[in-house]
Amino acid sequence: MKIEPGGAIKEPGSSVAYKTGGWRTFKPVIDAEKCISCWICVGFCPDAAIKKTEKGKPPIIDYDYCKGCGICANECPKNAIEMIFEEK
Amino acid sequence: MMRIVKGNEAAAIAAKLAKPDVVAAYPITPSTDFPEKIAEYVANGELPHTQFIPVESEHSAMSACIGASAAGARACTATSSQGLELMHEMLFIASGMRLPIVLYNANRALSAPINIWCDHQDSISARDTGWIQFYGENNQEALDLMLMSFRIAEDPRVLLPAMTCIDAFICTHTFEPVDIPSQEEVDAFLPPYKPTHVKLDPDEPMTLGPFGVPEYYQEMRYAQHLAMKNAEKVIDEVFEDFERRFGRKYSKVSPYMVEDAEIVLITLGSVSGTTKEFIDKMRKEGKKIGMVKLTVLRPFPFRELIPLIKNARVVATLERNISLGYGGAIYADLAGTLINEEKRPLLIDFILGLGGRDITFNDLEEIVKVCEKLIRGERMERPVWIGVKKELVT
Repeated sequence: MKIEPGGAIKEPGSSVAYKTGGWRTFKPVIDAEKCISCWICVGFCPDAAIKKTEKGKPPIIDYDYCKGCGICANECPKNAIEMIFEEK
Repeated sequence: MMRIVKGNEAAAIAAKLAKPDVVAAYPITPSTDFPEKIAEYVANGELPHTQFIPVESEHSAMSACIGASAAGARACTATSSQGLELMHEMLFIASGMRLPIVLYNANRALSAPINIWCDHQDSISARDTGWIQFYGENNQEALDLMLMSFRIAEDPRVLLPAMTCIDAFICTHTFEPVDIPSQEEVDAFLPPYKPTHVKLDPDEPMTLGPFGVPEYYQEMRYAQHLAMKNAEKVIDEVFEDFERRFGRKYSKVSPYMVEDAEIVLITLGSVSGTTKEFIDKMRKEGKKIGMVKLTVLRPFPFRELIPLIKNARVVATLERNISLGYGGAIYADLAGTLINEEKRPLLIDFILGLGGRDITFNDLEEIVKVCEKLIRGERMERPVWIGVKKELVT
């Protein structure tokens, strides 16, 4: 995305173009064996970065927008989400 | 047409000839004539399409100019001293949003102690706000530089705000003959402002002044720096076109008798006139002294300045400002300019003329004596203060 002089944004939707996943230090990783597809993490994710799938399967984390806040791991009733330090 | 006008009126006439869409200003000594004159032009029908906004503070004056400019208007204002300081944070917004607002600043000392007279501390303190800075020597330069600053600021290669600085009282309140161009001539020189990079328009919405996250902020500052570099070329082009149309020559740096000069004095603003006369006197006494007047301080004219001063023995800056605990601002710029040159002169800064104190031949003679000591190999603490009554200081 090119920057206009003065930074004016002429096309809407620039927050989608801006991948906030780059802010992440710890990456949530779901253990599919432990996950019960309760979708609690989906509801708690402040960035709407976790998407439902179907019963019996774990949700999908969109790492382009997950900032690694760890709320999902904290709220998971089965401790199925582990926060792993991400080397960059 | 020649008229006898004050410096403030010369600047106001330039603004009138530029036909601004919006002028938002708050009066402050010694630039008050400017908003008064604009209000008068609007009231008597000379500026039928200009909205004059008498705001309640300088912060609001610059804010209103920012809003107007973001809506595509040609906007200008005037201020001085404390007023420039009060709009300081908005100066950064104007330059960061790339709004080519034009500002007329009457150079006045800063409080405390309160003082309404001339020095350059106000605009020097605004030096790093991303504004182009011009310093005029007299009332004609006030008019000409104001007029040119609209075209330079609005050039699509630049799009940066610009301020023209004129010495308080010495110029702002002194009557001088000024050649005033006709409206037709100015219209041919200065086309209307038609921005495409920012324009508040409901039919073509855009977001202005958005969040600048770490991934983009540095790029935006870099773009501003490139715009400043572009301004170097655009300033030259506009100065040349101005000379072709109006017959008055401008350059970023104006040398006077530097070819064989052992001592070169660096000046800003009205003291340049005094210094030229002083040099004429010194030359009659056989002393090889020259001068370089800086008309443009930002972008700093490195390229033009180096060949003019590198062969001197001593280059002395006349500073109507002080970075307390360091010295003169121009000294610092010059030191940075020369440091990587193989052959370079000694450099020294003189603090003088603060808070409206006159700069006289006696002061300049004292400066020359100090420079001669340097040539003889003596070394001294800098900056050197000229005319300070040290016995009064406790």
